[in-house]
Amino acid sequence: MEPMATREAYGKALIELGLKQEKVVVLDADLSKSTKTSLFAEKFPLRFFNMGIAEADMMGTAAGLAASGYIPFASTFGVFATGRTYDQIRNSIAYTRLNVKIAASHTGITVGEDGASHQTLEDIALMRVLPNMTVVVPADGRQTFQAVEAIASFEGPVYLRLGRSAVPQVIPEELPFELGKAQILREGNDLLIVAAGIMLGTALEAAGILEKEGVRAAIVNVHTIKPLDNELLVRMAGNTGAVVTAEEHSIIGGLGGAVAELLAENCPVPVVRLGIRDTFGESGAPQALLQKYGLTAENLALAGKKALKLKKSGK
Amino acid sequence: MQVLTDTTLEELKQKAVQLRRDVVDMIYEAGSGHPGGSLSVMDILVLLYYRVMRIDAANCRYHDRDRLVLSKGHACPALYAILADKGFFPVAELKRLRKIDSILQGHPDMRKIPGVEMSTGSLGQGLSAANGMALAARLDNSTRRVFVVLGDGEIQEGQIWEAAMTAAHFRLDNLTAFLDFNGLQIDGWVRDVKSQEPLVEKWKSFGWHTLEVDGHDYRSLMEGVNRAFSYKGAPTMIIARTVKGKGVSFMENQVDWHGKSPSKDEYEKALRELRDGEGGENFHGTDGHQGSLR
Repeated sequence: MEPMATREAYGKALIELGLKQEKVVVLDADLSKSTKTSLFAEKFPLRFFNMGIAEADMMGTAAGLAASGYIPFASTFGVFATGRTYDQIRNSIAYTRLNVKIAASHTGITVGEDGASHQTLEDIALMRVLPNMTVVVPADGRQTFQAVEAIASFEGPVYLRLGRSAVPQVIPEELPFELGKAQILREGNDLLIVAAGIMLGTALEAAGILEKEGVRAAIVNVHTIKPLDNELLVRMAGNTGAVVTAEEHSIIGGLGGAVAELLAENCPVPVVRLGIRDTFGESGAPQALLQKYGLTAENLALAGKKALKLKKSGK
Repeated sequence: MQVLTDTTLEELKQKAVQLRRDVVDMIYEAGSGHPGGSLSVMDILVLLYYRVMRIDAANCRYHDRDRLVLSKGHACPALYAILADKGFFPVAELKRLRKIDSILQGHPDMRKIPGVEMSTGSLGQGLSAANGMALAARLDNSTRRVFVVLGDGEIQEGQIWEAAMTAAHFRLDNLTAFLDFNGLQIDGWVRDVKSQEPLVEKWKSFGWHTLEVDGHDYRSLMEGVNRAFSYKGAPTMIIARTVKGKGVSFMENQVDWHGKSPSKDEYEKALRELRDGEGGENFHGTDGHQGSLR
């Protein structure tokens, strides 16, 4: 497969899903061309609802559809799909355990030129803290197809995090996809790199850098941040004794937060978190922003070495 | 088109007195809760649950049942009293309102309480959910109807107006909304806290078929429902003028009774007033829940 934005894959996956499951309906808040739900709208106009620029109402309407047996996918940009609608998601979707799929595009700093107002760096944290919520971050186009199918078959609220920019295929085709089961992309005994979303490609590159310095790093793709694959992460953290996390999200409350919480209680090894360091983003080209905010293979390799140093010093 | 006979009217009135007593009872037992709004909304709910809605307590999840969303979730004692009376759960549970391990949460929880169609409590969210249910009914080609009850304070929430546009845009004529227009909210009169006037014109200009009724007069309410059902192409908003705390003299129109439970003296006085009121003495029966109306 060619590089593809996960939002693009989402739009295409929705069409396949729509053909297979007649209970699937799609809602959007005036961003259907960007979130790619317009593809579904063209194919199934009666099962598509454009809610206008009214995200809170969209979430509540989705809840009502789900309460009547439909499987609504509600889409908009991540920043509006989580923060703006937090109380609607909390009370009408998570508390009620209704079968709503919140599929958010344009997450993270790679939204790029639109700037900080549109770059959600806290959406995983907001969704992860809600009881009953499942949080899925596909790493590439193919994985997005798999994730859309999996979450449609799963009964309960899900947050699906998608990106704007094209990403290469990083997950081997033969790796099975199962909600809640992390995937081992690379074996290694010295260091564990835990990554999600677009940071998987960065992690593979960082592992190459570390390899040259004699560090064998394992890489795990945590496509389901909640529920976290506790068993696999604790086992691999124990095997390696040093962990680094990588995400296109704040280091507070996201993947790094989840892994640090898990390991502090179950396998206390050093955890170094690479992500956005408690700051808002800004306008710029996606690659330039990744560079400026430190989400690079070089930085990830450095974070890995810091974790190794902590392991050796026993601190 | 349904017309209420004199006998039915009398039965509804007696039922409402019994249920208002239940509300006072529940809130007294619980030691907290919202009597004012529960008493103001009662007649709206009584008409819907005993005369209008197609529901079945024995089969409370059957697909083509009508739905009601109590968007002003804090008035749930009124809804709980009705659901218990109709057999959705044991009447004895009413005594356990707001207590640990009870199904009767302080605000409605659809996962715990049979007959509750949507969890509410955070104001402003119920109309959107009702819209979703109305869209679902249309997708199903079902004739089932969706009802939603809003508080007048509640419609200060912006989401209500997003949802008002949605219902009109999608021409949800299978949706009937009631506004429990008692004029009070926690901090005072709605017109003083933040005025919603011109209220009728607002709903009309948002594309709603808008009616005004007396929210404590069953014939007026029934007329509103009849007109809502025969209207095609738009949702109906029935603005029901009500009295907060209706039926208990010292609670009526008193903002302080929005969210507090009565003392023992107040409790006894409230029950006395309700017994001696329009429902008349002894209608309640010894077991309290064997009225002719189900």
